[in-house]
Amino acid sequence: MSPDDILRIDGLTKIFFGFRALDGLSLHVSRGEILGLVGPNGSGKTTCINVVSGLYAPEDGSIRFDGAEVAGLAQHKLVHRGINRTFQVPKPFMQLSARENVEVAIAYGGARQGEVDAAALLGSLNLDAVANRPAAELNSAQQKMLDLARALATKPKLLLVDELAAGLNPAELDWVAAKLKEFARSGMSIIVVEHLMGFIEQVTDRVVVMNAGKEIFGGTLGEAVQDKQVVEVFLGGGHAH
Amino acid sequence: MPRYAKHILFIVAPLVAAFAILPFAYNNQLLLFNFVLFLTLAQGVNVIYGFTGYLPFGYVGFFGAGAYGFSLLILHLHAPPLAAMGGAAVAALAIALLLTPLLRLSGAYFSIANLAAALALMQFISNPNLEAITRGPYGVSMTGVFNPRLAYTMALIVMAGAMLVAVWLRNSRFGLALQAVREDPVSAAQAGVDVPRARAYAWLISAVIAGLAGGVFAWYVTVFYPENVFSSDYSIFAVVFALFGGVSTILGPIVGVLILYGVYNFIGFSTPQYFQLIYGALIMALVLFLPQGLISLVKRRGIDVP
Ligand SMILES: Nc1ncnc2c1ncn2[C@@H]1O[C@H](COP(=O)(O)OP(=O)(O)OP(=O)(O)O)[C@@H](O)[C@H]1O
Ligand SMILES: [Mg+2]
Repeated sequence: MSPDDILRIDGLTKIFFGFRALDGLSLHVSRGEILGLVGPNGSGKTTCINVVSGLYAPEDGSIRFDGAEVAGLAQHKLVHRGINRTFQVPKPFMQLSARENVEVAIAYGGARQGEVDAAALLGSLNLDAVANRPAAELNSAQQKMLDLARALATKPKLLLVDELAAGLNPAELDWVAAKLKEFARSGMSIIVVEHLMGFIEQVTDRVVVMNAGKEIFGGTLGEAVQDKQVVEVFLGGGHAH
Repeated sequence: MPRYAKHILFIVAPLVAAFAILPFAYNNQLLLFNFVLFLTLAQGVNVIYGFTGYLPFGYVGFFGAGAYGFSLLILHLHAPPLAAMGGAAVAALAIALLLTPLLRLSGAYFSIANLAAALALMQFISNPNLEAITRGPYGVSMTGVFNPRLAYTMALIVMAGAMLVAVWLRNSRFGLALQAVREDPVSAAQAGVDVPRARAYAWLISAVIAGLAGGVFAWYVTVFYPENVFSSDYSIFAVVFALFGGVSTILGPIVGVLILYGVYNFIGFSTPQYFQLIYGALIMALVLFLPQGLISLVKRRGIDVP
């Protein structure tokens, strides 16, 4: 493992009822890098995030994070080590206010006392106006930002974002892209799962293309679109399995 | 003034004061005692249901465990009642620890398993083979410690404790974490909360509240049978009162007990023949039209209810 790698996944396998959602996936992320993770529907992108963030334990394979093996650790322990994520469908605490949503993460996420300020964090994601409203009353873009705010409140070293851009308008997209780049400049490593290729091009240095639970390509997006296998998988769409 | 101080000053203190004074003005002390008991139990249900979402249909198991924990120390060790209250807490805590695996179940499965556990505990205690220890089905008699005035005072203290727990949960990081767990356990873990541990703490705290209530009940009545302290009426009443008022607030369970137990006694006295009909209809109306409890009527107007 190169000392620059914050994350290295090897031979990761996740099986649901006999179905290999991850089938020996390998990839790595450098410190401060934004990696794009792309692939057709059902190729295993979300499952990869779910396993790396501890929601599911893998059947096989290794996940080395920040120099230690972390495969199979519980979610909250991974949070404390510095891995956090957003959800493809945002999952805020609906009855709690936006502010309380991040306060829980500030209190329990492992950040040092006083390191994260709820008001400042909400403000930085344009949520200050709705800080005291229950999350249930926020629109879907705001709920996505609240999911992101909860993750950021735990001061992650590795952030996994699952289709954050879907459903945002062009101005919001540019703004989110700038945010992610700002995080990366401050040293955070990020995996961005996204279907919007324009967004991927804007924020990532490198992409991994997945199909049927495996990586089929690693390189720049420009190279990916030249790759025969990648083109086939994307045009073939539903025939991925 | 910090929020928790307001809650103590304007909710807990007046409530405790009222029930401390009422016995001088009203001579049905047993009824007052039952009010205090249900205020305690409803707040205990609030801790586990309101703050974690587990609905404990077998909540009475802890109450019964507390009653027997208290009584066994009196009967076998001739402990003073005050020390025996410790036995009540420990007995409920032990049962709750034994039952923590139930927290892996969700929804109705948890509720049913909890109910079964309470029934099993009653069967175990009323086993005639255990007569030498628990007095089996023949019941407990501890007339030596009969002292309703002291027992009532102890009940007030236990109630105050349960209220203070609710105030703490409503105003602390831990209470917020529990609400997050109730809202979405996966997201709560993603906020860094150790979900199984948070649930277990709430479960144990809630059990101790019921155990102390059971202990104080045993002290107050001094003579009882297993069916009395394991009666599912306690679980049902405590759950219904808490739901009626509205859980995950301090005020909800209090309002629920004062109104519903008040109505219960009023109907029971005035028109006993229609009692079950009226009470049953009331509960159905509640579930259908006010699933979040009375408090939700106020909350809907955007008012933050303590
Ligand atoms: N909890 C689960 N139980 C059973 N099957 C699952 C589960 N999670 C994912 N799968 C299956 O694993 C496969 C990969 O799903 P995954 O959600 O990882 O795909 P994805 O690449 O994120 O797709 P999309 O782009 O549509 O979000 C799918 O066939 C899905 O049905
Ligand atoms: Mg997905």
